[in-house]
Amino acid sequence: MSAPEPVIHVRGLTRTFQLKSGPVHAVRGIDLTVVRGEILGFLGPNGAGKTTTLRMLTTLLPPSGGRAEIAGRDLLRDPVEVRRRIGYVAQSGGLDPACGVREELVTQGRLHRLTKAEARERAEELARDLGLLDLMDRPTAALSGGQRRRLEIALGLVNRPEVLFLDEPTTGLDPGSRAELWDLVRRVRAEHGATVVLTTHYLDEADALSDRIVVVDSGRIVAEGTPADLKTRFAGGPAASLQDAFLAITGRSTADEPIAI
Amino acid sequence: MTLLTDTGTIFGRYLRATLRSKTSLVFGMLQPLLFLALFGPLLTGLDLGVSGSSWQTLVPGVLVQLTLLGGSFVGLGLLVDRSLGVIDRMRVTPVHPMALLLGRTLRDVVQLVAQSVLLVLLGLLLGLRAPLPGVLIGLVFVAVLAGALSALSYGLAMNVRSTPEFAAVANTVGMPLMLLSGLLLPMNLAPGWLNGVSLAIPLRYAVDAMREVFQGHYLNGTVAAGAAATAVLAAACLFGGTRLFQRGHA
Repeated sequence: MSAPEPVIHVRGLTRTFQLKSGPVHAVRGIDLTVVRGEILGFLGPNGAGKTTTLRMLTTLLPPSGGRAEIAGRDLLRDPVEVRRRIGYVAQSGGLDPACGVREELVTQGRLHRLTKAEARERAEELARDLGLLDLMDRPTAALSGGQRRRLEIALGLVNRPEVLFLDEPTTGLDPGSRAELWDLVRRVRAEHGATVVLTTHYLDEADALSDRIVVVDSGRIVAEGTPADLKTRFAGGPAASLQDAFLAITGRSTADEPIAI
Repeated sequence: MTLLTDTGTIFGRYLRATLRSKTSLVFGMLQPLLFLALFGPLLTGLDLGVSGSSWQTLVPGVLVQLTLLGGSFVGLGLLVDRSLGVIDRMRVTPVHPMALLLGRTLRDVVQLVAQSVLLVLLGLLLGLRAPLPGVLIGLVFVAVLAGALSALSYGLAMNVRSTPEFAAVANTVGMPLMLLSGLLLPMNLAPGWLNGVSLAIPLRYAVDAMREVFQGHYLNGTVAAGAAATAVLAAACLFGGTRLFQRGHA
């Protein structure tokens, strides 16, 4: 590859919520460029503005200010075209517990305007690829945590997105399922050619998975670089832990959650 | 027409969900069913001050009650979907935003009409006699009212923070509407002031018109007023529900 092609281009993105107690500046001006094929980790403590940023970039929340171009389309002027080209897996997942696995996949295909036959074919293809084939007729409530996440990611891949957004994809998973999911994210990039933007507050996850990390705190980007780069710049050397770098950047520990292995 | 296709997709998904949970279908019509079976027989010997049998008066009222209760609480299902992230997941697809509302509303119309047919059949067993065209026109009223109330209910559900908040609003609006429309007993039994108040409630005109058509009277002022009130209510609810639905952020 020659010059890396930007697939996300964000300038001055802000979001302010008007509450009775006064305005809350959740996102205070984010500039971001992500190149095609990159896995970008959005790292930050709870309440840093990660989810709000993701909800804006996925067209769910109108920004208060700034602009963004995603997969070559303007976020504000052309949200439908952006939606055609992205996948989004929310923290809550978005599965109907009573709905069957196949039905979820086929419906998602139909919502992306595939014909019935195409939607069924795409459902089979994704199920085969993500190890869901034996679960197709089960209600999603009967899936394990790891299986649910795989299905949710399959739903996000139905339209062969250029960018896949994952909001805290491994929160609540056991260590085995987390490792599996990391492999899956790498495969999504390698085999589906998607750019992946994921949020996490697990330092080891950001370290293991991301080509580049963006650290957000109080609605701003406070540091940006490869994991090794951040360790060198903020914690004294590449052998240091990302935890030390994170502490140096934000002046506090990540979250209450223990850092899973 | 992408809106039609999308509405069909959403309609199919939620219709299958309804068919999966047969218990909710039965529970949804339990209250009107009980009124019909356990309250209806009380009226058979009373003078209700209207023409026709007491069943021709009560069954249309019970149908509107079913529609009012069933329609106004459909938003609870949307609240569940919102909290599960289902709505957000669907909104990040090219699906027409209106289809997310219309597909569900259409499902509710089908469900409430089907339940109404069952109630009419039960009414027949209990002693209702009504001409078929009248019953069919009555079901059209049910369908239009169901669509109106369900759209409004979804609009509300997109704009509240919690289930208790939704239930509080829906109950506060639904109960007086039910009592003031004369669903269980006709409003001409009411004292002047109560009858007067009920004249401000569109559902009253709908139920009065349905009672007329159940007696085989199709072309009179009561039916015309009922049809007009229902149409205006439906237009207002659909417009309001749509606006609220699009304004709300899950």
